[in-house]
Amino acid sequence: MQRAVSEEIDVELGLKLYHQMLQLRDFELKVQELYRTGIMPGFVHLYIGEESVAVGVCASLEKSDLIYSTHRGHGHALAKGVPGREVMAELFGKRTGCCGGRGGSMHMYAPEYGFMGTNGIVGGGIPLATGAALSAQLRNSGQVAVSFFGDGAVNSGSFHESMNFAALWNLPVVFACENNLYATEMAFRRATKNTSIVSRASAYGLDGVEVDATEVTDVYHAAKKAIDKARSGGGPTLIEFKTYRFVGHHEGDPGTEYRTKEEVESWKQRDAIKKLREKLLSSDQADQASIDRIHAETESWLEDAVQFAKSSPNPDPSTVLDHV
Amino acid sequence: MSTNGREITYGEAGVEALREEMARDESIVYIGQGIGPRGGNFRQTRGLWKEFGDHRLRDTGICELGEAGLAIGAAMAGNRAIVDEVFLDFVLEAMTQIVQQAATIHYLSNGKIKVPVVIRGSMGSVRNAGAQHAHAFYAWFAHTPGLKVVLPSTPYDCKGLLKTALRQDTPVMFIEHKGLYNLKGNVPEEEYLIPFGQAVIRMAGTDVTLVAAGRMIHLALEAARALERDGISAEVIDPRTVAPLDRKTIAESIRKTGRLAIVDEAPASCGFSGELFALACEEAFDSLDAPPRRICSQHVPNPFSPVLESQMVPTVEKIVAEVRAMVRG
Repeated sequence: MQRAVSEEIDVELGLKLYHQMLQLRDFELKVQELYRTGIMPGFVHLYIGEESVAVGVCASLEKSDLIYSTHRGHGHALAKGVPGREVMAELFGKRTGCCGGRGGSMHMYAPEYGFMGTNGIVGGGIPLATGAALSAQLRNSGQVAVSFFGDGAVNSGSFHESMNFAALWNLPVVFACENNLYATEMAFRRATKNTSIVSRASAYGLDGVEVDATEVTDVYHAAKKAIDKARSGGGPTLIEFKTYRFVGHHEGDPGTEYRTKEEVESWKQRDAIKKLREKLLSSDQADQASIDRIHAETESWLEDAVQFAKSSPNPDPSTVLDHV
Repeated sequence: MSTNGREITYGEAGVEALREEMARDESIVYIGQGIGPRGGNFRQTRGLWKEFGDHRLRDTGICELGEAGLAIGAAMAGNRAIVDEVFLDFVLEAMTQIVQQAATIHYLSNGKIKVPVVIRGSMGSVRNAGAQHAHAFYAWFAHTPGLKVVLPSTPYDCKGLLKTALRQDTPVMFIEHKGLYNLKGNVPEEEYLIPFGQAVIRMAGTDVTLVAAGRMIHLALEAARALERDGISAEVIDPRTVAPLDRKTIAESIRKTGRLAIVDEAPASCGFSGELFALACEEAFDSLDAPPRRICSQHVPNPFSPVLESQMVPTVEKIVAEVRAMVRG
């Protein structure tokens, strides 16, 4: 186990990470707004506060690399390159969504971008990612698989059996644990005796790293190292990202019954987006104009996605039996 | 069926199917416990490890959930995979991966992700192994949209159906019966495939239709021969695949005979026998001369004592008695 050291990044990458994190944040805020009006069906779990993980990890992935996400997965889809239009349309259950409206928020797949699914089952994607890594190894494809999951998954058999296989067979997989401290309403410290997730890596003989995800540059460097290692045959890594969701478990949950306002506020003060913006501006790496430009671009990108989703046709009911 | 007189066992037929398909399709990876040097608890992979090696035969510890999840993940990512859970009883450890992931993803992804995985586990009672090694819950899988369910009953079918299973784009539950591995039968040298959803009429008859899958077909055939001596002509149908189900062949037979008796190693409650009962009512109601009858296992876990277990499962005597009462009654 080691701690990632913060290293600086060049301005181009910094602005790119900022742009992507902002897209994820604003996308989710828009989903929240639309969901509250009642025009979006189903349930949504928003990624607000955790953007640095998806963005920082996916920055080092190739399009052909495969990622496996969670119930809180819109951000992972966007960070892996799935167009905002297709993600938003899927959330509306429209024909133009990335799954033609069959999947929705928790069953969203876009293999053409290496996005192998959000997942309605906690821990459900971990063995699938590990199996994809086995496939990459068998085919000698050079691909890396990344499994995103939360602290809620690490007491499940899926997590432990996958870690065991990945280490045993030296598979090219990165286990990216988003420890946001709460599984639904259950505080991690109330769910397990040993609250160091990264310490579990050594139990299976693989490398573990702990990262403060409020620093996206730390996320980026730790993930890049793990991804490069996996790609070059060095085997799997477990990374514990310390993060926090600024909102409730799902939209509709205020998230205040099991967390204090002070705790939520203290994490908001350390918002990774805000911190990167301040870092970029204070170091004269970027001027306010370039930041403003990113905000304007994000706004029009999002507006386009919403208009596309709203104006798209519903699926044809006669296709309900297709693809089973 | 074409044969050249060559006889091999049900277990050997499965190994042949695997050998041929693994040679034909290099993307096939086989994951399971004890399937390497040992050649499988039922000798179901005998000799394959020497031929294909550690790389493609992934011998594992006892961790069915992980084995299944890795196989499904590998299948989604570009391989074709078999996961061998050895006993159908042990498949339950992997239910969430099979039902919630494998069965759903092709559909939910709008057909964009193929899931070419075969999940193998052997069902049923043999040599009084006791409840936790003898369950017959194959119907649970047929109840799940997105899964194909295969119950081979002969060496010929075991080979032909396994080869077909290894060419599907969506998950297949390949459920052999533990009591059949040593059964010998004709298997031709030349290659053949058996399509899913095609039942086979094992014995033609006119008075009653007997439907049975897996090992139960052999009991049904023995019962039919006994009934023949009594002057009762039974038509015996083996569905071979429970999902998809060849409703047409079964319905046509019921319309011809006017009677249906179902033999099932699983309990009657909410099972395959009920599905066939419904089929008779939905598709041949006007032809029925009597209510269909179900000869199933009783609704208890398999007891250990041979005396008790024989009381619980269908037997030739029970089938003969039920059908005789039905026809003569």
